[in-house]
Amino acid sequence: MSNSTVMDSKTAWGGNNVSPYGASYGKLMMWFFLISDALTFTGFLSAYGFYRHYYSSIWPSAENVFTHFPFMHGNHPLLYVALMTFILIMSSVTMVLAVEAGHRMDKKGVTLWLGLTLIGGAIFLGSQAWEWYHFIHGTELGAIELGKGYFTLPDGTVESTKGIIARWTDESKQALLLPWKDGADYITITGAQLNEFITNGKEIHGANLTHNEYGHPLFGDFFFFITGFHGTHVFSGVVINFIVFVNVIMGTYQKRGHYEMVEKVGLYWHFVDLVWVFVFTFFYLI
Amino acid sequence: MSATHHHHEEQDFLFKYIFSQDHKMISKQFLITGFLMGFIGMVMSTLFRLQLGFPGESFWAIDFFLGSWAENGVMAPDKYLALVTMHGTIMVFFLLTAGLSGTFSNLLIPLQIGARDMASGFLNMLSYWFFFVSTIIMLISLGVEGGAASAGWTIYPPLSALPQAIPGSGLGMTLWLISMAIFIASSLLGSLNYIVTILNLRTKGMTMTRLPLTIWAFLVTAILGVLSFPVLLSAALLLIFDRSFGTSFYLSDIYIGGQVLEHSGGSPILFEHLFWFLGHPEVYIVLLPALGITSEIVSTMSRKPIFGYRAMVTSILAIAFLSVIVWGHHMFVTGMNPFLGAVFTFTTLLIAIPSAVKVFNYITTLWKGNIIFSPAMLFSIGLVSTFISGGVTGLILGDSALDINIHDTYFVVGHFHIVMGLSAIFGMFAGVYHWFPKMFGRMMNNTIGFFHFWITIVCAYGVFFPMHFLGLAGVPRRYYTNSEFPLFDNMLDINELITWFAIVAAFAQLLFVFNFFYSALRGPRASQNPWRANSLEWTAPVEHIHGNWPGEIPEVHRWAYDYSKVDENGDYVNGEDFISQVVPLGPNEKDGGH
Repeated sequence: MSNSTVMDSKTAWGGNNVSPYGASYGKLMMWFFLISDALTFTGFLSAYGFYRHYYSSIWPSAENVFTHFPFMHGNHPLLYVALMTFILIMSSVTMVLAVEAGHRMDKKGVTLWLGLTLIGGAIFLGSQAWEWYHFIHGTELGAIELGKGYFTLPDGTVESTKGIIARWTDESKQALLLPWKDGADYITITGAQLNEFITNGKEIHGANLTHNEYGHPLFGDFFFFITGFHGTHVFSGVVINFIVFVNVIMGTYQKRGHYEMVEKVGLYWHFVDLVWVFVFTFFYLI
Repeated sequence: MSATHHHHEEQDFLFKYIFSQDHKMISKQFLITGFLMGFIGMVMSTLFRLQLGFPGESFWAIDFFLGSWAENGVMAPDKYLALVTMHGTIMVFFLLTAGLSGTFSNLLIPLQIGARDMASGFLNMLSYWFFFVSTIIMLISLGVEGGAASAGWTIYPPLSALPQAIPGSGLGMTLWLISMAIFIASSLLGSLNYIVTILNLRTKGMTMTRLPLTIWAFLVTAILGVLSFPVLLSAALLLIFDRSFGTSFYLSDIYIGGQVLEHSGGSPILFEHLFWFLGHPEVYIVLLPALGITSEIVSTMSRKPIFGYRAMVTSILAIAFLSVIVWGHHMFVTGMNPFLGAVFTFTTLLIAIPSAVKVFNYITTLWKGNIIFSPAMLFSIGLVSTFISGGVTGLILGDSALDINIHDTYFVVGHFHIVMGLSAIFGMFAGVYHWFPKMFGRMMNNTIGFFHFWITIVCAYGVFFPMHFLGLAGVPRRYYTNSEFPLFDNMLDINELITWFAIVAAFAQLLFVFNFFYSALRGPRASQNPWRANSLEWTAPVEHIHGNWPGEIPEVHRWAYDYSKVDENGDYVNGEDFISQVVPLGPNEKDGGH
């Protein structure tokens, strides 16, 4: 019941099975579901913001973590995630085109654009897996997780070192960088103090839910949790899109006389893309 | 499948009574399941009241109900915690959220707005069955090793986050979380259905300002549910990861049994924020349907239009809006910045304004009315009473400077049981007495109803009123026994008195149970409009049919509160003291509510 004629508010809200928002109950339900889902993500992202702010001095910087690009050597900070974000956003564009083709009852058009959306979603999921693989695997160099103890900063403040990640300056492993900033630079540790830290600490590679080579373990916790939760949404979106895709090919909606189902899954797909924009901003840009 | 399609075909038992998609049957399913859970929750509270009133004494009842949880009839300390936790969980979520909203939103939304059924009968059925599965899981958790969850209904970490913390933190807590996740899904499916049904399926002439206040209350409740339960889901999912996968969202450096755990960096305060972002709106999810039901009954039984219809709608919306920006008042003692505390104090105290508007409107509606004291009316007036007496202590607790002194004492227990527990359950009882003829086609017994009401309200105040004094004297809540502290020795008598009231109140509910089942089977047949009320549900036939009305759905011409309406000569318009919503307006007649 997608009614494009403009109604005056008296007719719109006067009952008689007229939808005040010009949307069928199914579409309205999807909208309210998305509001609810948005609040779940808000819960996670505000939790992330809470710790990001609290541990701002020792939080890892994403451009030091995500530096790989498939089939290319060297340092390419955030290049790949930019590409996969672009692909996901493009899949939203193809989804819009599928919905538009549905309005014209153009079965061929819907099939094409929905098919491309499916491919975009699948590429994104694969890229996500690839990102996870590199984050979990970490670097050959690794890092030192400092043991229990205290460290006096040049300005006189004392910081606890338990669980703090210190990274090597280079592959020669002659100096450790402590996360606290000394002016513009990080504090560098060499010599006897370096040996002390190494003996008390633990060498770690990569990240999991309890350790993170690149910095605070909560970064890893949130990264895996939130991108995982978002990935689950993308995955279910791809599955639902696939079911609708099969129905499109079988002509179900052509027989029904409208492609509203494509619109509904379209709403979900745009939502999932929009959430990624926030996840991307929180984890990679801020 | 559109709800406007009309099915008359014979349904076999399985689909009529079990996997029904008819809102009237689903409403009964919610009612029975909710009340069963409520009964279990009440028995639990009576048992731990025995322990609090007579610490360490052996009781046959404790032995009978708890078995291995109570050696020689004395409740084990860790089982006391499990019982308190499960009592809270069951009452808040299963009885007063799903039981109350599920029953009356399902029954009344289609009938009062003039719809054949809910927008999606299938999702409605799923909503009930998700709810049912979550109750079963919650009940199973009572029997697992280590016992049920014991961290309080608010399940604060680290008690809830570390399986080895206390016996109930193990499998019991895991099942609690699973049950709640399913419960949230059920609540979401239900709420989505209620909202879109009210928006899209109103009959001709049923404008938003002609909606009965029950419907407004259900609509806003459903919106609150859609906004707040997902945040509880966030909190629960992060907690599950902390428990099972070693993350540290809520856990800082922690020692347990002398052993250092790997966790570091997190904070339990985060959980409290996420939890109470749900937890406070939840209070109004519980309360608003009861207030809506009361509006309807107070007007009908006073034979007067509800006073200030628009003010009632506005205050429902205002309460709902404010309820999502006050959660910090549960956390004044967490080391919150005093400035932030002052902000939360301010927003919290603001809620008093719309609440007072509602209370005054109820009283003004009662004023000079031809009051009919049916059991439903008594419970509604009881709600107004508890809403006031619980509300004024809310002003004390909402003020951070005062709250810090009485936080986590029995003052808090007394406050929220009166304002949220009693008010909501009174609203639910009122609704059952009032709409019983609509649900079962028979009348409930009034005499038993009167006994039920008077014993219940006297005992309820007897239980919760003295708790304020215990709290002011400093008696902490959630303690297994107070007899170990000489400081509280002079409080033991009060505790004993409270327990006696609780026992009598519990037995009084048997009157209701008997009345309910006896009347459902043997009560006198109800006429179509036994309360001579205006709203649409009383224009539907007594016998339940799928699609609610035979033939056309009635068209609505006026608001639902034209009681005792007189013309310029002082005669009743339409010859009676009520005018159904389907009666067209006369030539010079003005519609109310506008």
